[in-house]
Order: sequence, then C-alpha cells, then structure tokens
Amino acid sequence: MINIFGQSIRAPSILTRLVLLTILSVALMIFDHRGHHLEKIRAGLMVVAYPIQFIASLPSRVGGGIADFFTTRGTLREDNEKLLTERQMLLSKLQQFDALDAENNRLRNLLGSAARVTDKALAADLAEVSAEPFTRKVVVTKGSQDGVYPGQPVIDAHGIMGQVTQVAARVCRVTLITDSGHAIPVLDNRSGLRALVFGTGDPDALKVPYLTASTDIKEGDLLVSSGMGGTFPAGYPVAQVVKIVNDPNESFLDITVKPAAQLNHGKQVLLIWPAGAPKTGAAKAGGAK
Amino acid sequence: MTNNTRALLTFVGTFAAALILASMPFPQWAEPFRPDWVGLILIYWCLAVPERVSVGTGWLLGFIQDVLYGSLLGSNALAKSLVAFITVRMHLQIRMFPRWQQAVSVFGLLVANQLLVLWIRGAIGQAPETFSYWTPSVVGGLLWPWLFVILRDLRRRGGIA
Repeated sequence: MINIFGQSIRAPSILTRLVLLTILSVALMIFDHRGHHLEKIRAGLMVVAYPIQFIASLPSRVGGGIADFFTTRGTLREDNEKLLTERQMLLSKLQQFDALDAENNRLRNLLGSAARVTDKALAADLAEVSAEPFTRKVVVTKGSQDGVYPGQPVIDAHGIMGQVTQVAARVCRVTLITDSGHAIPVLDNRSGLRALVFGTGDPDALKVPYLTASTDIKEGDLLVSSGMGGTFPAGYPVAQVVKIVNDPNESFLDITVKPAAQLNHGKQVLLIWPAGAPKTGAAKAGGAK
Repeated sequence: MTNNTRALLTFVGTFAAALILASMPFPQWAEPFRPDWVGLILIYWCLAVPERVSVGTGWLLGFIQDVLYGSLLGSNALAKSLVAFITVRMHLQIRMFPRWQQAVSVFGLLVANQLLVLWIRGAIGQAPETFSYWTPSVVGGLLWPWLFVILRDLRRRGGIA
C-alpha cells in the first residue's frame, strides 16, 4: 500500500504512484461500466458513505424542522383549506374514474385483450437530492429489504420521475429522466406517435431527437410512457412538448419537452411494481432458491 | 507524537469538511455555483505539504466522491490524482506566485479536473450538455485567495510545517 503520510517506508516516486493509480482507476471504471461486477461492493461502500451524507443533510433537516415549528396557525389553516378543496376536486374526478375504469375494462373484454390491473406502489422519502453536480440522481430511503430492484420505475403525483439504478439494503439511488444518460420510450397521447425521450442534464428540459418534420407532433402534446422495453408501465405521463423548432438545415426537428413529474419539488416519491410486467426482483429471488 | 496526531486531525478534518460541503443539498438554482471543495482543499495541501499529501490522498478522496455521487467508480479518483500530481510537480512555482496569479493557476487545475471527468463521462455517453458545467471552476478560482488564508491559519494551528 502507498504510504500517504510518507513516514517509515520509502514510498515509490510520485510518477510511479500516479501511473499505478491510473491503471487502478481505469480498471475500476471498466469493471464498473462493462461488467457490473461491482454492484455488491458499491452497495457496501454506500453504507460506509452514509455518515457523510447524513451530516451533509443535517442543516436542511434542522432548517426544515425550524420552519415547521414556526409555521403559524394561519398558514396551517390556509393549507388545510387548500388541501380540502383539492381533495373534493380529486374525489369528484375519481367518481368518474371508477365508472370509466369499469367501462374501459368492459370494452377491453369485448376486444379480447387483458384488463388493466392496478400497479402496486410504495411511498418513500427522498434522503438526498444533490448527488454529483450535473447528473440527475436522488437517493431514496427504501432498499432491497423492501423488495426494491434495479430498473424499478419511480413516479410522483404528476408523472414518471425515473428508475432505480443502484440498490443497497436500506436505500436506493434513482436516476431521474432528466439525467443525461437516461432515455424512456413514450407515446404521443394525441397522435399515438412512438418516440424516445432523452435526458439532457438540464433539470427541467428533455429532448426528443430523431423525429422528422413530417411527424405528427405539436406543441402542448402530452407524452405518456408506452410500456415498450418493459421497464416502465404504460400510460403514465412523462412530459409535455414545450417547443418545436423546424430548422430546414437540420434533418430532424429540435423538440424540447418539460417533464410532467415535479422533479425538483416535494420530499416523497412512489416506487411501483408494475402489474403484469416481468418482475425482475421476484424472478431473481426465485432463481436463487 | 501529539504533534503528529494534531496534524493528522487537521488533514482528516479539512477533508471531511470538504466532502460534507460537496454533498450538502443546495437549492437547484445555486447548484452550478457550488465550487469543487474537495479539489480546492486537495490543491492547498499539495502546495503546502507535497511530501505528505499527494496522488495517493487525491485518489482516495476522488474514490470517496465517486461512492458519494454514485458516479462511475474511478472517474473522480483518476481526475483527483492527476490534479494532485500536477500540483505537486509545480508546487515550487505556484507557491511563489502572487495571490491572484495563484488563483488563476488553481482555476486551471480545477478546469483540468472537470475536463477529465467530462471526457470520461462523454466516453460512456453521459456528458452534461449545459454550459453551467464550468461555473464551479470559476467560483473555485474566485474563492481561492480567501480559502488560502483560512487554510494557512488552520495549518499553523495544526502544527504542520
């Protein structure tokens, strides 16, 4: 091992050390990226890193606590009223929804296709929002103990947020749809056009590349998940088209969309187990037996 | 002996503080203005005591950052050990610079660090596409003169020659 504080042992020259460490880093990167051999080690290391994350999140927790403590009765009453009206509105919508759901299932029966089953969901808290700058990932306080598996979809009240990419025992890391390494298959809710939505690293803009000027997509269209690829269940809102630029010099449209989920707000997310989709976690657990 | 423990405590304390500051939740708008605390403090110690803090420490810090951030394991580690290497190689020159010129060279080192991370992320197709990616280096360079004074004071209290 290299002696960091250069005492007792004579350390090799600094250039030698740099070369050795470079080789080690490159090897680690290759293993991490190609083979996914390091998942277990990473899960262990995440536990070791937990104290640092915990201390780092203390000020915001204390701040939140103090803000809660000094919330006046007036604001609470206001909030309460707002929530009550919202609940009324949602309930009235839900009445229709029950009827529509039944009707939808009847029609699906007529068509001979499987009825849609509701997905199982589990609420979880955000533990840490800002991971590496300019990657969009969050840490959520549910892990493999709760049955969370890599690739699991995560939503909030407004739409799809992202998918689970790393799982430790009690926490998991979620890659948001705005992360520059993320893509999700979608359908245009109006025209039924299939597309892919890519993250850019920008917190409130996504892009839809590879669509030509003749495709049927308009500003204001809602893009919902198409369920293709099997990771995300179909029919959840993903994004809304904000701007379409048709530059005649470019072969594809420049389309900017805004995520439907409120990725920068709120402290709670929902982890869902899509009904009917292949259950990776359960399949793995079964295979291990 | 006690002197040595105090020195060790100073190192570990400053590095732990840097890691905590680097992973503290900020509001979204302030995110691009967060300097690379770990890089700044690593550069300081590499300038002050290159015989004690160099590429090994840089690598370890970068590795912890990778674990904290969930980024590709080894990417920040490689970048930080390279920054430590350049700093140690040039420490005699950078030490002689006036404060503003030092800040410029620290900016250069931070940019080199970010550039390497950007290349690695580009190679695996996860490069960010916003120009605000570079603001942390600018903020880091601007902060350097003040940080230098604070850390020099800490170094003297810690009894590190």
